[in-house]
Amino acid sequence: MAEKKWLPRWFYQLASPRWCYQICGKLLPWFTVAMLLLLVGGTAWSLAFAPADYQQGNSFRIIYLHVPSAILAQSCYMLMAVAGAIGLIWKMKIADLVAKSCAPIGASMAILALLTGAIWGKPTWGSWWVWDARLTSMLVLFFLYLGVMALNSAIESESTAAQATAVLALVGLVNIPIIKYSVEWWNTLHQPATFKLTEKPAMPAEMWVPLLVMVIAFYCFFAVVLMMRLRNEILRRERRSGWVKELLLSN
Amino acid sequence: MSDLYTNSGPVAGQLHIGRLFVATLRRDLMLSLRRKSELVNPLIFFLMVITLFPLGVSPESGFLSQLAPGVLWVAALLATLLSMDALFRSDFEDGSLEQLLLSPQPLYVVVLAKVLAHWSLTGLALTLVAPLIAVMLFLPAQGMPGLLLSLLLGTPTLSLFGAIGAALTVGLRKGGVLISLLVLPLYIPVLIFGSAAVQAAVTGLPVAGHLALLGALLAFGLVLAPLAIGAALRISVSG
Amino acid sequence: MSEPLLKAEKLFCERDDRVLFDGLTFSVAAGEIVQIEGANGSGKTTLLRILSGLSRNYEGCLYWRGEAMEQVAEQYRSELLFFGHQPGVKALLTPEENLRWYQALHPSLERGDLRFALEQVGLRGFEDVPCHMLSAGQNRRVSLARLYLSKAPLWILDEPFTAIDKRGVAAKEALIRQHVDRGGSVILTTHQELTAVGAVRSINLDDQEGTR
Repeated sequence: MAEKKWLPRWFYQLASPRWCYQICGKLLPWFTVAMLLLLVGGTAWSLAFAPADYQQGNSFRIIYLHVPSAILAQSCYMLMAVAGAIGLIWKMKIADLVAKSCAPIGASMAILALLTGAIWGKPTWGSWWVWDARLTSMLVLFFLYLGVMALNSAIESESTAAQATAVLALVGLVNIPIIKYSVEWWNTLHQPATFKLTEKPAMPAEMWVPLLVMVIAFYCFFAVVLMMRLRNEILRRERRSGWVKELLLSN
Repeated sequence: MSDLYTNSGPVAGQLHIGRLFVATLRRDLMLSLRRKSELVNPLIFFLMVITLFPLGVSPESGFLSQLAPGVLWVAALLATLLSMDALFRSDFEDGSLEQLLLSPQPLYVVVLAKVLAHWSLTGLALTLVAPLIAVMLFLPAQGMPGLLLSLLLGTPTLSLFGAIGAALTVGLRKGGVLISLLVLPLYIPVLIFGSAAVQAAVTGLPVAGHLALLGALLAFGLVLAPLAIGAALRISVSG
Repeated sequence: MSEPLLKAEKLFCERDDRVLFDGLTFSVAAGEIVQIEGANGSGKTTLLRILSGLSRNYEGCLYWRGEAMEQVAEQYRSELLFFGHQPGVKALLTPEENLRWYQALHPSLERGDLRFALEQVGLRGFEDVPCHMLSAGQNRRVSLARLYLSKAPLWILDEPFTAIDKRGVAAKEALIRQHVDRGGSVILTTHQELTAVGAVRSINLDDQEGTR
């Protein structure tokens, strides 16, 4: 173990389930308050006060849900793969639990992005689904999440499941840029001039500031859900250890 | 004799990597060739899937020839996918996989040899029969070289990525459907570039660019996939 | 020679919410035979798989010749012969073909005479018969023939005598004896009485009170 000591101390503390459980418990209220404020403020701002799009009118406002969920779906996969790698390399249980907790959140964000994309597509393109490069990539990302979750639930031994899932997530992470590139390439090949939704040359500040608020709100939401899931996972995994029993008895 | 036991590194220097590669390749080919009935299954599957399209869509030649590049590639992809589950399963069941993982030789080499053996009896075989089947779909003659070359460069990548899925699921009783879930998203780039290459060949456009991309994917897969396969095998056997 | 070959420190392993062993510490010196004992399901096979490096679902430390196992994994594998539950014999290959592949896989197996090794395990005349035509015991013998070719100092044998007849067992015991006399070590599990191998140290997993 001696050769691993170059990592900062909090890294090792984080590896202790009990410490992690407590720190998550302390952070949770703060993130919950921040999430509520940002979500309410951002939603009101984006739906009521931000100007309507000159081309799409009010239907563009779904961007305030679509873009944050799409961004979150991607970052969540990244976090899942990185946490998986940490779990693989340093045999850190908490990292495995983080990776496991990430998958369903990321998958639901991908679904949300796909659904909002479809709803947005109806007034813009006139159909619920268009094989647009971004939507297709998001669909593939959703498939990747499904694969990770299916593998995790198929393997009985929890530590084996965590390791196998981590390898799969890493393979996926390496492949995502290739998949994205190939899908974009395919898209230009088949639909040379699609109307690009999000690549407005210059989005005015009144539009993108609320979008930024919504993105941050989504990240806070993600942090809250992740910490709640993580605490549950820790309790479940450590159910036989002394401190969990004490905790349950004291409540 | 006793010095063999006290010496701390009696064999570390004798890594006969080439020998190991050839021995594993030979063994796996021999095993497959002794089970001839299973050998042709992917090819039959390939033919059957192709047959479904005229029946399900339309036997009209102009329509089919337009559909042919994509259909051929999708069918080849599915045929490869279905054959993947067997790659490590029998080794896992009879304990050879344990012995393989306990070898001091680099796992990378053994894995590569196994995938190569598997590919030469599925992917390569599919590539060779594909032109015959392409005729049934009225693929224009100028598309044939594109079809052959793209399959030749693309199917090894399919085998490599598929082997990752096979290695991850080898410890499970039923790996079949799960492999597809894990691996199909990874197959998308190969499918896109492969069928685009055939399409380009049919329309008389240069295919070199597509083939270069397929070659890049293959090089990428050759370098990284065996590492992932090895890690996955160790995890699966450990569980 | 003061350094033990293999040392296990504070091994902890649980399967399906059941602690198999906790704080298991022991070492195996050169020339020693260690028998792992315990009731069915006490974790004998699991322990052997952990010691061999196959199973990584454990906590604690393993040392090979005084160095942490992760650091010398490749070295360790080159000095280990593992005989597991499954014999690792391909049914479609002949005994000779099976052994040839193992020779390529393990440089610690002598290139020497395969036929001699097969003769020693009583498979003379079966060299070219596909293994699916042999009995279960004969299949295990094919795998055991590796012992006659092995130069590895450490043998880990999981139930090596299962489905082997009396004469075969006596021959294997003599072989183990010879291996130990040359300074090799053996870790094994068996339900049989070991009679002719000399001093055997046993580790009983039932005594390792872990199950709370």
